[in-house]
Amino acid sequence: MTAKVTVEEVERVAELAHLELTQDETGRMLTDLNAILDYVAELNELDTHGVAPLAQVSELGDAASAGTVREDRMLPSIDRAVVMDQAPETDQVFFKVPKVIER
Amino acid sequence: MSSEVKAAEDHPVETYIERPRTLAALREEIASGRTKATELAAGYYDRIAKINPRLNVYLSLTKERALAQAARVDDAVAKGDPLAPLAGIPVGIKDVLVMTGAPATAGSKILEGYRPPYDATVVTRLEAAGAVLLGKLNCDEFAMGSSTENSAYGPVRNPVDTERVPGGSSGGSAAAVAANMAVTTLGSDTGGSIRQPASFCGVVGVLPTYGRVSRYGLIAFASSLDRVGPFAGNVRDAATMLGAIAGYDPKDATSSPAPVPDYAAESDKPVEGLRIGVPAEYFADGLDPEVRAAIEKGIASLEKAGCTVKPVSLPHTKYAVPTYYLIATAEASANLARFDGVRYGYRSPNPANLSDMYSHSRDEGFGAEVKRRILLGTYALSAGYYDAYYLKAQQVRRLLAEEYLRAFAEVDAIVTPTAPTPAFKIGEKTGDPLAMYLADIYTVTASLAGICGVTVPCGKTQAGLPVGMQVLAAHLNEGTAFRVARAVEAAEL
Repeated sequence: MTAKVTVEEVERVAELAHLELTQDETGRMLTDLNAILDYVAELNELDTHGVAPLAQVSELGDAASAGTVREDRMLPSIDRAVVMDQAPETDQVFFKVPKVIER
Repeated sequence: MSSEVKAAEDHPVETYIERPRTLAALREEIASGRTKATELAAGYYDRIAKINPRLNVYLSLTKERALAQAARVDDAVAKGDPLAPLAGIPVGIKDVLVMTGAPATAGSKILEGYRPPYDATVVTRLEAAGAVLLGKLNCDEFAMGSSTENSAYGPVRNPVDTERVPGGSSGGSAAAVAANMAVTTLGSDTGGSIRQPASFCGVVGVLPTYGRVSRYGLIAFASSLDRVGPFAGNVRDAATMLGAIAGYDPKDATSSPAPVPDYAAESDKPVEGLRIGVPAEYFADGLDPEVRAAIEKGIASLEKAGCTVKPVSLPHTKYAVPTYYLIATAEASANLARFDGVRYGYRSPNPANLSDMYSHSRDEGFGAEVKRRILLGTYALSAGYYDAYYLKAQQVRRLLAEEYLRAFAEVDAIVTPTAPTPAFKIGEKTGDPLAMYLADIYTVTASLAGICGVTVPCGKTQAGLPVGMQVLAAHLNEGTAFRVARAVEAAEL
């Protein structure tokens, strides 16, 4: 029988994801996360001993392009002024956020 | 069963179906000067103004840019200059693809007001080909969903029957073509988001091989699964669209350097002698009997056209769903971490501290389904679980992909229903859990394996709802998929 997800784990996951959950949402997530355990149990039916994980399907294609990197050369990026135009709060040089370090 | 559509509705079906002209016909009109590109675009904007309030297909329009492009095309015609392949053709763009200065919401409130400072590569290529980009199309939030009901800006109505969903997540892209609010469109497909809505709306949708089309400028959902692909009113035009956007892009590290064939010409080739595989796993319980009947007619038409039809076995198919849910949500949790209120998009007002700013911005900006998937993915990747969950799923993924490769050694294409049911009603979400499960299986397996496919209209149900046939082919074999899809289309089922 697979272990059950605890409320503490749900809250920890929410913390990691920078999301706050209401009581209701926590309850629903508990159900959903337990369903994941069922998925994993299904996958564990399969013997994957020695099977390399497939993270990049490109390696299967006719042209094996996995691992191609470009020349290490500096290229122009995006104009700072244009980017800062979209910032919620800025001094036009930096993105401004609430204080991080408490004195 | 919720997918049953009663033949006698007590009120008439509201429909906005209109087939777009073919690219060839429009090109001829524009090249001859009989139709000005600016007039064509204006005509499309008129139609959009009339019916978009009802269908909610477009979230924003890029009129200035479109009309400027159209004017350039008219100029070229007047001067007698050679015309680019898509010169003057009105095209819609799913709102997960960026166009400089135009809204890009990804169907989410967290990007409300955001104006990207750059163009997606596919946008650049379409404009280089002369296309007139009309505006941004509605979709499920961050491409997560199969009905476009998860859009933070309201659902899209299926032009075939406005009480029904167009499918998702590229619901706007499919509906736009079905209602002739664009001649062709671009959408994205992570677990079926091009194929399923194309099937629900009765249009052609293309799932290019992973890496065939650049993802630069696509707001990412799951980076090892996401693909950009076209919708069109017919197979040849879909092939032409793919040709315009496909090809190596140095800005996308997963982009394939393989040469791009002439897909339209490939689609013209006869199918005689091709071997077609039919997998039993896709014809199990939960498949609507009318869909089954329509697909069987489609398969029969392929036999008549000279194909050899044989059963293939894909025994690992059932493992595709858990594999997909683990991989897609894990990658989504990583990709959506950037939406934190710092550099762009929504920032929650008056946060007490930085941590609050992050969580409140995300809580207030993201919809329920997005939050759910982020949490599932975070869990699957968290310390102590990564190996057992995410890594295990990637191993099963290899088994699934290898199974397809073995099948494609025996057959040239595999055909299946694209969806187990026709379009369901808005708010209904097909109550049948078996049907929902089958729906996932039909599309996510190909997503995980990285292979390509085309969905082509293949008849209708008694109530007039479109049925789609999915034609799958091996990596970089889109030409074969187009050929087979053309043959089904020609049968006019």
